[in-house]
Amino acid sequence: MDPRTGMIENRLKGTRVIAVSGGKGGIGKSLASSVMALELSNMGYKVGLLDLDFSSPSDHVILGFDYSKHKPEEDMGLVPPEICGVKFFSLVFYAGENPSPLRGIDVSNAIREILSIVKWGNLDILLIDMPPGIGEATLDSIRLIKNIEFLVLTTPSKVSTDSVKKFVRLLKELKMPVIGVIENMRISESSKDDFDNFLGSIKFDLDLEKALGNPEKLLKTKFSQEFREILKKIF
Amino acid sequence: MHEWALAEAVIFSAINFSKEKGIKIKEITVSLGELQQIDEEIFDFALGKIMKTMGLKFSVKKKREKALLKCSACEEDWNFDSQELKEEEKEAVHFIPEIVHDYVKCPKCGSPDFRIIKGRGVWLNSVKGE
Repeated sequence: MDPRTGMIENRLKGTRVIAVSGGKGGIGKSLASSVMALELSNMGYKVGLLDLDFSSPSDHVILGFDYSKHKPEEDMGLVPPEICGVKFFSLVFYAGENPSPLRGIDVSNAIREILSIVKWGNLDILLIDMPPGIGEATLDSIRLIKNIEFLVLTTPSKVSTDSVKKFVRLLKELKMPVIGVIENMRISESSKDDFDNFLGSIKFDLDLEKALGNPEKLLKTKFSQEFREILKKIF
Repeated sequence: MHEWALAEAVIFSAINFSKEKGIKIKEITVSLGELQQIDEEIFDFALGKIMKTMGLKFSVKKKREKALLKCSACEEDWNFDSQELKEEEKEAVHFIPEIVHDYVKCPKCGSPDFRIIKGRGVWLNSVKGE
């Protein structure tokens, strides 16, 4: 019997858990998760951010978080460090710059370990930056986190839209709550008619790259301003 | 002190199991996989404290399990030896055993693509009661 499974519910009791997901890589899930965490913290929520993209964790890069200086503290579990009021946990604390070649069962085990030993404390919202697609991380999160909800990202590209439609269909078949779909990187045409719970669209922001690694600058980007308006519909 | 979280998880699981089965726990058996390098003294202390706080009385049997790794590329198998790692690497594997893939390679072919066959971490083997 795996003792970790039952502990997860305890750890996340009373916390709204939102998985920021999408069917494809490179559509802005990590950026959206990180900015969303900063925005919600500014709105007064107690927020946690968990980077579950083990193969390419990048929230720390987006937030400019020096993981070598700020490690989780050991206190009857692992207490995540904070950045701009957001409690943050990532595999990068232990893997550093090394690549983590994990197969499915390893991903599953690492997720269980993290969810059962990380002590988030009294959070209002835990955001999970999910890896792309319908893999171990998504299926395990659904199985292990009873109250998980999904916020889905897409881009106007047909390649992304087709994948994300399948992803949303799966979530609905599994009776998972889908908060809605947000379109990122819009240049001209929107994919809004492809989704029945479309929350809004964010234009492609050419200046965004310059703000990466600086939370203050990030929050001043057009991306964040447009994202903020969408978040107001949800929170 | 991460051992506390694991001890808490073991007790919590045993209680859940006993509630499901409608039994009073007499004994639990826990295996400690060597990959996670659990400090048994702290783990025992944590178990004792948690049980005392919760008013629980049952015996806890523990057994150490050697960590066996098997290469997915060349099928070589070998036992994990924490002494081959630096202190910070040992600590990383202690917290999240899967991190072993970052610091250990197959001794025969050098591949990081291997499986953890046994001895990963803490496992609740049995709950006996009446």
